Amino acid sequence: MTRLSQGGRIDRSRMLRFTFDGRTLTGHPGDTVASALLANGIRLVGRSFKYHRPRGILSAGAEEPSALVTRITGDLREPNLPATMLDLAEGIVIESQNRWPSLSFDLQAVNGLLAPFLGAGFYYKTFMGPTRGAWKVYEHFIRKAAGLGRASEAAAWEAAPVRSDFADLAVIGSGPAGLAAALAAGAAGARVMVIEQDAVPGGRLLDCPEASVEAAWRRAALDRLAGMPSVRVMTRTTAFGLYDGNFLGLAVRDDASGIGALVQLHAQRILHAGGALEQPLVFPGNDRPGVMLAGAARRYLTQFGVLAGRRVLVHSCTDHAWQTAFDLADAGAAVVIADQRPMPAALAIAAGSRGIRVIDQARITATRGRSAIRAARVESPTGTEWIACDLLCTSAGWSPALHLTSHLGTRPIWLPELNAFVPGPLPPDQAAAGAVTGALTTGAAIAQAAEAVRALGFAAEAPALPDLPEEPHALTAPVQTTGRGKAFVDLQMDVALSDIALARREGFEAVELLKRYTTTGMGTDQGKTSNLAALRAMADRRGIAPAEAGTTVFRPPFTPVNIGTLAGRALGQHYKPIRHSPMHDWHLANGAEMIEVGLWIRPWFYRAAGPDAGAAYIAEMKTVRQAAGLMDISTLGKIEITGPDGATLLDRVYANGFAKLPVGRARYGVMLRDDGIVMDDGTTSRLTDERWFMTTSTARAAEVLSRLEFLLDTAWRDLRVAVTSVTDEWAAMSIAGPQAQAILTRALPDLDLSEAALPQMGVLQATWRGSPLRILRISYSGEWACELHVGARAGEALWRHLLETGAPLLRPYGVEALGALRVEKGHVAGPEIDGRTTLADLGMGRMVAKRNAYAGHVLSRRPALTAPDRLQLVGLDCLEPDKRLRGGALIYGPGQPESGHGQGRVTSVTFSPELGRYIALALFAGGMAAEGQEVATVHHIRGERVRARIVSPHFLDPEGERMKG
Amino acid sequence: MLRIPCPCCGPRDHDEFRYGGDASVPRPAPDDPDPEAWHAYVYRRQNPKGAHREYWQHVLGCRQWLVVERDTVSHRIGSVVMAREWQA
Ligand SMILES: [Zn+2]
Repeated sequence: MTRLSQGGRIDRSRMLRFTFDGRTLTGHPGDTVASALLANGIRLVGRSFKYHRPRGILSAGAEEPSALVTRITGDLREPNLPATMLDLAEGIVIESQNRWPSLSFDLQAVNGLLAPFLGAGFYYKTFMGPTRGAWKVYEHFIRKAAGLGRASEAAAWEAAPVRSDFADLAVIGSGPAGLAAALAAGAAGARVMVIEQDAVPGGRLLDCPEASVEAAWRRAALDRLAGMPSVRVMTRTTAFGLYDGNFLGLAVRDDASGIGALVQLHAQRILHAGGALEQPLVFPGNDRPGVMLAGAARRYLTQFGVLAGRRVLVHSCTDHAWQTAFDLADAGAAVVIADQRPMPAALAIAAGSRGIRVIDQARITATRGRSAIRAARVESPTGTEWIACDLLCTSAGWSPALHLTSHLGTRPIWLPELNAFVPGPLPPDQAAAGAVTGALTTGAAIAQAAEAVRALGFAAEAPALPDLPEEPHALTAPVQTTGRGKAFVDLQMDVALSDIALARREGFEAVELLKRYTTTGMGTDQGKTSNLAALRAMADRRGIAPAEAGTTVFRPPFTPVNIGTLAGRALGQHYKPIRHSPMHDWHLANGAEMIEVGLWIRPWFYRAAGPDAGAAYIAEMKTVRQAAGLMDISTLGKIEITGPDGATLLDRVYANGFAKLPVGRARYGVMLRDDGIVMDDGTTSRLTDERWFMTTSTARAAEVLSRLEFLLDTAWRDLRVAVTSVTDEWAAMSIAGPQAQAILTRALPDLDLSEAALPQMGVLQATWRGSPLRILRISYSGEWACELHVGARAGEALWRHLLETGAPLLRPYGVEALGALRVEKGHVAGPEIDGRTTLADLGMGRMVAKRNAYAGHVLSRRPALTAPDRLQLVGLDCLEPDKRLRGGALIYGPGQPESGHGQGRVTSVTFSPELGRYIALALFAGGMAAEGQEVATVHHIRGERVRARIVSPHFLDPEGERMKG
Repeated sequence: MLRIPCPCCGPRDHDEFRYGGDASVPRPAPDDPDPEAWHAYVYRRQNPKGAHREYWQHVLGCRQWLVVERDTVSHRIGSVVMAREWQA
């Protein structure tokens, strides 16, 4: 066991049991999965992405590239979780990843033998070049062999709600800078939110033993913050993205449910105090389990009471790593320091007093050990020797965690004395303090934080600096060494120095190209421990400074975010709002099969008419053509237009004229976009001299209203008109069929519905049972028909009343039959008004032939929109009785090869019970000029070919006799 | 997320708004027969780097069309006025 009998911030009085690859292990409250695995002596925790090499735990934080595991909770599998970020909990089930059949015996480790072929650019060269057909053969094997954990396919989870939050100051990080900033701003009365991704606040202060001055300052700071009502400290919370307007995306981990909550934080000011990430040195064999960041080894000791090795070799170019050596030695380990630098005199004395051997100007050129490290070869001016070790601590210095500072586009800048990038100049409502700026000591971080808070505009006083011990923090640029065996730059993506050298030889020198070619930095860790090393490796090979090689700007997220966290409760039927008509409950109670139409849920067909849509819609069509049908059309967009200039507005927005529409009459109208393409069609009725009632298609209701408002608010401010959506105020239904007039007359005996009183396109206003009623003599199906618009509350009552009065002749019908009826009449709808067709394309050119000055008219006459070979509306008669036409099929003229885009496409199809065959609307090059031609309609995906004849789209009753009743 | 200070409703999240494009392009008169004028209005845009005046409608609020000054680089919102009251 590597757990010490004392020390650390864990609760040794309680035991937690968990399983790792089926083995039951124990740990304590306060452990992470990583610290518990180390405490159990487990160092091999996963296999690498490409070569299946054994890998261990490199870090103690979110930057972990290697120790990725899968957590299994019932049916839920969450892959690729860093063991370093998982709180240990009773009974949790953890599996290692990317090994088969088992972690210690991995057959695919043979990939390591194939390494020469799997180098950088392997995928690219093999599958994008002339041999790309090979992908089909090898995809299955490569996807299985190269990869990360497997996600669950079970979709069910308890989604956490998404919430919004607000703060005067968001402090990212709770290390010395973060805590000092919160103290200063909190004392000034600001609403402060401190965001800490770890389970325990304190950042690098947690590396210091509880008895230290630093730990005492941390405890006192947290006590004071707890007493400030305006300050909140959020732990287990990752600020994963910074967006416009100082909007921070926070993911709050919830280890009980697995799916964390999303917080949308709107912060007036932001202080970046996220610290810096220690970087590993690059040398041959640097990926074996037991190779660990120096700061991580110290963290496991001081935070978790785990001594990760008994024979420790510390290889570094930083003073901070020496503190790890001292602490591990004090805890009982035998320690050797191999520093890349010439002997640092002051530290050498401290090392000597602990009996630590120091080798200066040292390089590691090889390591040994099968499932974990056993020895490293150290070369120095004094000679070369193998040094036995079970823990190799490395430190190449620090890379500031500046990711969030660059999310809005601030480019990082190179700080030569740090050999790393720091945040570039930030906007005035953001600041940075602490190690993220390169301030590597606790004292410097605290002083800088107070200054930053004042600079952000808070009336903060400088805090009293604690009496901190001296903190040596010198460092030099790391040296990367090569030798026998791979020296890894990116442990997660299995990218080695040799791959970077290859990328350079093949010309992929620029950082962005290097990333894509080698995949370095493109793993789930986004290169937190590899980007700087990759940049240095390329710069060394090009003979330039790292700063000249450039850096990449970071994008969200900082760490991977569970997609369930982002989804929140916007799942399934909660994904978007749902709209119901006032007759919705009646439809459900009376056997309607419902269908989604935009946001609306509408009756598709009624099961009384047939067992499925195919049978039911034909029966419902027959009812309308032979007796009478009732359709719920409440979903139509409805707009009330009032004011003395209403007629002018309508005359300008509709392509056909509305200025002379008399009171008591309705008119069909078409609107164009300003570019000349048809936007929508509908009707408008004139109710009084200064009042109109417009209906739009269901789909474009919002767009039409917004356009009218736009024109009135901007270019046509002089028009005295108001437009208001009244869609939800009115229930609407359409009664249609040869019996409709008789039924309606019986149902509404007080009203005169004669031809004289309510002619075609007539409008009648009345009251029904206390609700306003508007009857519009408008036909969509080609039968005698009326639209009845009644106050929404009376909708279901009127619907029932009509059906009861009309029984048994009158029956309800759904949108499938509605669509079929309009095809028989040649009325265009959404499939034809598709954002590409003009009025002329749709056969309505004549209605505007003598008009101008309507929106869209000038550009509708452009040559491209009036070319004779445009796709234009035609009808199609199916010529093969045993086959059907199909929407989306392409149309090929006589003698044309049946490949490519063809001369047109089938847009809307129905079986016509009246005609006894399939008919269709289609858009065909040249339109009705081809009337009578036989064409082939081909649906390539379904493999269908059906012959058809081009005919007039007005299949039924072209003279409109039926509408007259 | 952008937050747009609506003159009617106060600062609101941009999810409540509909974008309406460049506000600096004047719409030709309804009876303007010149194809060039309409082509310029519908298609030609400056795409400036920096300050940009553009239309936004507060669709999930007061429904007013607004003229919003937005920096296309920093996305910072400058002045916001109701389109009906805006003088070019
Ligand atoms: Zn508003």
